[in-house]
Amino acid sequence: MNSPALPADSPAPAAWEELVTTALLGTDRRTPPGCEPGREAPVALLDAAAVETVRRRAGLRPARAAQRPRPAPEDPRPALPPAAARRLAMLLADRPGAAGGGRRGTAPDLMELLPQWLAAANERGFAPPPQALPALLDAARGRTDLRPAALTFAGPRAVWLARLNPDWRFALRATPGAGAALPHLEDAAQVQQLWQEGLFAERVALLSAIRAHEPAAARELLTTTWATERAEDRLMFLDSLRAGLGPEDEPFLEQALADRSRNVRATAAELLSALPESALAARMAVRAGTCVALDHTREAPTITVEAPHECDAGMERDGVVPKAPAGRGERSWWFGQLVEAAPLGAWPRRLGGRTPGEIVALPVADDWQSELHAAWCRAAVRQRNAEWARALLGSPSAPEAGGPGAVSLAERAKLLGTLGSGERAEWVAGFIAMHGLSEAFQLLGMCVVPWSAPLGRAVVDALNIARDAGSYPWSFSGVMGLAERCLDPAEASRLDGLLAVPDEPEDASPGAGGYWAEAFQRLVTTLRLRAAMIEELGTAGPSGGAAPS
Amino acid sequence: MTQQGVRWTADQVLALAPDAASRKAGSRLGAAGPWSEAGSSDEGTVWGLCKGSGSKPYQTVIDIAEPSGPAYKCSCPSRKFPCKHALGLLLLWAGGDGAVPPGQPPDWAEQWIKGRRQRAEEKRTASAPGSASGTADPEAARRRAERRAVRVTAGATELEQRLADLLRGGLAGAEQAGYGLGEETAARMVDAQAPGLAARVRELGAIPASGPGWPVRLLEECALLHLLDQGWLRRELLPDGLADTVRSRVGLPASADGPPVRDRWLVLAQYDTADVKLTTRRIWLYGADSGRTALLLSYGAAGRAPELALPVGLALEAEVSAYPGAGQLRAALGEQFAPPAPTAIRPPGVTTAEAAARYGEALRGDPWLDSVPVTLDRVVPTPDGDSWQLADADADTALPLTPAARARPGLWRLVALSGGAPVKVFGECGHRGFTPLTAWAEGKGEVVQLC
Repeated sequence: MNSPALPADSPAPAAWEELVTTALLGTDRRTPPGCEPGREAPVALLDAAAVETVRRRAGLRPARAAQRPRPAPEDPRPALPPAAARRLAMLLADRPGAAGGGRRGTAPDLMELLPQWLAAANERGFAPPPQALPALLDAARGRTDLRPAALTFAGPRAVWLARLNPDWRFALRATPGAGAALPHLEDAAQVQQLWQEGLFAERVALLSAIRAHEPAAARELLTTTWATERAEDRLMFLDSLRAGLGPEDEPFLEQALADRSRNVRATAAELLSALPESALAARMAVRAGTCVALDHTREAPTITVEAPHECDAGMERDGVVPKAPAGRGERSWWFGQLVEAAPLGAWPRRLGGRTPGEIVALPVADDWQSELHAAWCRAAVRQRNAEWARALLGSPSAPEAGGPGAVSLAERAKLLGTLGSGERAEWVAGFIAMHGLSEAFQLLGMCVVPWSAPLGRAVVDALNIARDAGSYPWSFSGVMGLAERCLDPAEASRLDGLLAVPDEPEDASPGAGGYWAEAFQRLVTTLRLRAAMIEELGTAGPSGGAAPS
Repeated sequence: MTQQGVRWTADQVLALAPDAASRKAGSRLGAAGPWSEAGSSDEGTVWGLCKGSGSKPYQTVIDIAEPSGPAYKCSCPSRKFPCKHALGLLLLWAGGDGAVPPGQPPDWAEQWIKGRRQRAEEKRTASAPGSASGTADPEAARRRAERRAVRVTAGATELEQRLADLLRGGLAGAEQAGYGLGEETAARMVDAQAPGLAARVRELGAIPASGPGWPVRLLEECALLHLLDQGWLRRELLPDGLADTVRSRVGLPASADGPPVRDRWLVLAQYDTADVKLTTRRIWLYGADSGRTALLLSYGAAGRAPELALPVGLALEAEVSAYPGAGQLRAALGEQFAPPAPTAIRPPGVTTAEAAARYGEALRGDPWLDSVPVTLDRVVPTPDGDSWQLADADADTALPLTPAARARPGLWRLVALSGGAPVKVFGECGHRGFTPLTAWAEGKGEVVQLC
């Protein structure tokens, strides 16, 4: 009440202090100034205090201004269209967790749409309304996966704001140049200084930044201090060479194969094996080649496998881990590692000039097929070899593709990653058409958003089939959730037919029809919302209103 | 009373929500999905069918032309008011992307609207001929008022006695007893039909636990309570205005019988405070032509939103009548001539020094005043140790924020809006500091709610 920053005009403080002291002790113990002790003393004290209180309040003056904050840097980006700004406020007002539980009702999950909204806004280069920044930072604080996009969108003012509120300190850490500014990469002296004296995180950031611009310079910088780094740091630094890996890195990596730390050696070997032209790859090709042969004596040509009998020092130096995990035979363990690290390009030569497709189709003797194919899968992913990936994936509609075949779902998802987006979507569409949705979740996660038309149709058809089969929609909640986020909004109109509650067939689960209608309802609502969202952002310029053609 | 072209913004719609949960539920329903047969008419009716969990869709209809804020009807069983369906439908309508096309209301909506209009008409004709019918027997009313005054006087006298006892024994004892005067004294004042005194006594009880500096605050509040008691006991000697202020501070009912002022009233801020029994909604209005600031109060039972709701940032053409009392800002909303519409009006602002002086002057008419509404021009939110202040951009003075305002999320919206640059801020300025309620960035830019 007597706010210290609003000081009262001066002469009275002493009188007021005296009144407070007297009031605390009581008039029985202390007589108020200028008054007789006795029955009237408390009333006299209250009278004086009332006058003083109103006097003090009426005399309040503004305080002295503190050091004003430095103005936030200008954000040159155009402001959001008004409709999009309202949408953002709405998405941010939605907190996850309220709709928890199995059944989700017909309303869309707004928070789940935020990542897409942010990506779309960032593509178009809009600046957020400043008053939305606190909610945006709070959302990013709770969800680390949102942070990169949210902070890009939030822009320079968010960093300015984060300096004032410790809750948002993550924004300073996450934004390069916000906490401790990275030096200009051309400034050699500053780069050297930060590299020599910086904290570990700053040095990793510096190395990655340089690597992104000029891979060779990053490698050279690392070489200057390599011998004196700690083993954990060497491992992290080596890992940052993964970006922009090229044949020129080979000598350095080859030297790291002799590192004191086993983890560093393993990482160096892994990186080298991703370079099919490297000497390590050649050595691995020779080793793997000796283990695999083509047996022409059988009625059909068959691959025979003779796994290595020992893990020699040379293999160990090239990154083969000698000790097999529990439950695996040593020899098959070594064999798997050799094939995984050997360049795929060497196999056609070794196996009679056959194409990858023909090689994968060859029978393999003595139950070695799963081991061999799994190793090839890992090699195709590591070497990003689309031709082999295609061969190993096989036809999506092949009956064994859905079963527990040689290639697991997780591996297939990884193999898909090496293909182009169109081909990927087509393969997954084919897979779903043949095998339904129960195994498709992981594969769908690999597809580009929004889904291509054939893929979208395949998913919707499969959902429709699942409904007709009479199961409950929550068995498919994962795919449903994905569809809400990934299906092309243009597909919404095709879904209208699914919204009605169908007559319940006799063998269906009770009430399933209604729940399906609800789930499709939510799907359509979400798609409409996404379409509206994108359209709002599409209307360039702050005037808004006119819809794009 | 036509409604063409004036659609509300989503923020304004969401401001109607009774609580955060309905706001969230409403925004989920603010998309075309669950709605069918939605539409709006030029008379200011919005309707639609919302698919819920049941087999029959809910019928939702809203009358936005209603002078005292929108009226709602929904066939859902929710006891929230407005329910999430009404909010969702308004959001859909506010979104304006053709999901709520203009049209002719269906029968079920038409019936309700007709019924409403008819009742409103009857009410108007009933109240027009005279307030004579309201107070059936002026003589009886006078006797009732006299009886009540006697009771209040007895209560005030008793309270004076208790205050004197408290000061005789010392405030230091109040801390140990926990409740200086106690809930029991407050109950005595309720019995004495002096709710204003009762509320002050109750607040007094909470001060000893309010942290460092409590003896000063307790003495201030005791002294002001004493001042109010004395004001009541000698009200015949006071000037008329001050006597009215004392009456309303003690808690006697008054009616807004000031002359109605017609103006374009800009809605500056709307916020709710709640205690165990009551939700109080405060709406600040600024008259563009009269330059007056007015306060509308409305009440709801605990946990329910008060009915009156006005969208912040919009202006409405309406009549407002003041309550009696010197410097009294409280007013009642009378007839409304047009629905709230977007406006570029902003209240003119003052410096921090002028704001502090304005509070001082207002104390002359009402020494019990905690704060006055003020618009500050060109101030920069500035961190000051672990608290914040609003510093003049062009002078070396500043007003500290109240401790309560420091803890609210609105502070960060204000800081973000400013970005270190001067902004215009409307809020309440008093002896505890400044409470920002609404802000505008320099230049153009929409109103930003901080409460």
